Amino acid sequence: MPLLDRTGTYIPDSFSREAGANRALQPFDGAEPGALAIEVANTTAPESLVPFFGAEMIAIGFPAYADGRGFTLARRLRHLGYTGTLRAVGPLIADQFAYALACGFDELELPEAHAARQPESHWKTAARAFSATYQRGYARGLNILDQRRAARAGGTHG
Amino acid sequence: MYRYDEFDETFVRERVAQFRDQVRRRLDGAITEDEFKPLRLKNGLYLQLHAYMLRVAIPYGTLSAHQLRQLAHIADRFDRGYGHFTTRQNIQFNWPQLKDVPEILDLLADVEMHAIQTSGNCIRNVTADQFAGVAADEIEDPRPVAELIRQWSSAHPEFSYLPRKFKIAVTGAAHDRAAVLVHDIGLRIVKDSVGEVGYEIIVGGGLGRTPMIGKVVRDFLPKRELLAYLEALMRVYNAEGRRDNKYKARVKILVHEIGIEEFRARVEAEFAGLDKSTINADPEEQARIAAYFASPTYAALPASDPALEAQCKANPAFSAWLDANRFAHKQAGYAAVTISLKPIGGIPGDISGAQMRVVADLAERFSFGEIRATHAQNLVLPHVAERDLFALWQALGDAELSTANAGLITDIIACPGLDYCALATARSIPIAQALSNRFADPERQRDIGELNIKISGCINACGHHHVGHIGILGLEKRGEESYQITLGGDATENAAIGEILGPGLTAEEVPDAIERLVETYRAERLPGESFIAAVRRLGVAPFKAAFLQETHHAAA
Ligand code: SF4
Repeated sequence: MPLLDRTGTYIPDSFSREAGANRALQPFDGAEPGALAIEVANTTAPESLVPFFGAEMIAIGFPAYADGRGFTLARRLRHLGYTGTLRAVGPLIADQFAYALACGFDELELPEAHAARQPESHWKTAARAFSATYQRGYARGLNILDQRRAARAGGTHG
Repeated sequence: MYRYDEFDETFVRERVAQFRDQVRRRLDGAITEDEFKPLRLKNGLYLQLHAYMLRVAIPYGTLSAHQLRQLAHIADRFDRGYGHFTTRQNIQFNWPQLKDVPEILDLLADVEMHAIQTSGNCIRNVTADQFAGVAADEIEDPRPVAELIRQWSSAHPEFSYLPRKFKIAVTGAAHDRAAVLVHDIGLRIVKDSVGEVGYEIIVGGGLGRTPMIGKVVRDFLPKRELLAYLEALMRVYNAEGRRDNKYKARVKILVHEIGIEEFRARVEAEFAGLDKSTINADPEEQARIAAYFASPTYAALPASDPALEAQCKANPAFSAWLDANRFAHKQAGYAAVTISLKPIGGIPGDISGAQMRVVADLAERFSFGEIRATHAQNLVLPHVAERDLFALWQALGDAELSTANAGLITDIIACPGLDYCALATARSIPIAQALSNRFADPERQRDIGELNIKISGCINACGHHHVGHIGILGLEKRGEESYQITLGGDATENAAIGEILGPGLTAEEVPDAIERLVETYRAERLPGESFIAAVRRLGVAPFKAAFLQETHHAAA
């Protein structure tokens, strides 16, 4: 299925779900620690994934785009120290792209039909919708609170 | 009042541009109607029975004269000359065209307003005590923290696709005017034993299909920890709130199903693991926001104006208006004044563009340019010098805005119901009008005293009927409207859910039934005892008996 990287560009997928594939993306169910890449449901307990943190990629399912649990799971995995690639798999829409990146995702895997009606330009525009937002601690560039703080610090020195 | 800095300004402008782009992509077919719906809802745009409805945020109910004038302009140009204040301190416009909505949003942004998150499964517009900064029983003004939460919750990357809507209310006073016990999260500003100011956090209150009173999840949270704690709590809800049934998706159900102790333990575990210094707003940011809410420069006035007594003597109507609509101000010689949007027989919360302009002018003349919207669908001028009260009353009278009924039986809260709302099962506005006419006599209203009637047109309970002293819920039974009456609800610190009195009534039967309840109270009350106090003392039994009487009560 089409894969979108963090810049909003469709890229080839180096992983395959086929059994015995060279770079296999395996279901979490039945996977052993040491797996190259695993795919998990958004209801998976984050601690149960710690033994798999050596994986190159963890893919998190979004059963529906309005189901926001994947955002929290990604954030928790980053918190627990996972540094590999996080992939969101499901019918996300362009307006969620920036949120997904902020919560720690690196790429989105979309259903065919879904990608067909949302060209790269839509994702790129949507990702830039806000030049800065308010929340601290999300992977989103400099947030507004920190920019205000920097301005205050600049003010005292200058 | 808070003023946008360059960041807030840019954010709101970018939100308008984003919405324009969303509308364009919807019209192109890049996104489906199903995908567009949550996007428009998160910008306050509903599709109602006859047309679109745009719900504009009035964060924590604070408005400037300048902003109210712009709302008047929007009402005249894009609605049919009216705006409708809601039970969550917002304003709704009922007739905008989809194509005009981005332009309306531009006009709002021009006056530092928006429609962000007034709907949808996200953190909604934050509400607060309408007498914030005014009330004498206040520990601290709740608006700075409400503003901090407004900013933090806007376009939140993790909490914009929650199981269900999420409402937060804040109060800084001992007497709760913000209904914090019936919100998803209620914040009470409190002091700990050494005098440090912080928050008591209440979770899991709410109305709707399964009304519940919130429970304390944290007795005391230091001020600086707020955002990290909210992040922890929202994360637990986002991960574990039910998504299989929208009627069970609110946080109250999660709290109910796992119990408050378990919920608390999960939130605390999440909170303990957070690197709080990377999440919380620093004290300088809190101080920056708080500075905007400093009191205006009051004149030094005597505690009571000597002319007032004479004006009252000469004008009983003025005196009655003061009795009902004046609220004691912390500053000597000042009062906060409720402008009732409940004229006898009118539509609760409706105000014309022309009236908005009058209120804006009067706010500039008499109230430092400030106005509040209340959850009872009225407006407030928060800082009026007592010596100006008479002139204010006269000017309000000229605009038909001097109804003397704040908190009285005709100050009825009603949702739009079947006249507008696509979800309604019955009308609510005509019921409010019939009751207002029935109890129109000002003498009688004063004699009855404080009594809140709240009406919802369906089980979603936007009219907060569960917490009305008398609640009226409009349902549909075999194709007919049927009204269920509840008694004893309370939205304050004594929060209670009303008890159902008996079988549903037809619209025509409602006024008589309510009258029987009121007469029971009048017959049974102790000197000085309010309706709700009498219900608490007597229990529902005598009221139920009166309610169930077949024969209509013969008045007088
Ligand atoms: S209570 Fe029902 S009828 Fe009334 S506004 Fe809410 S959804 Fe509509």
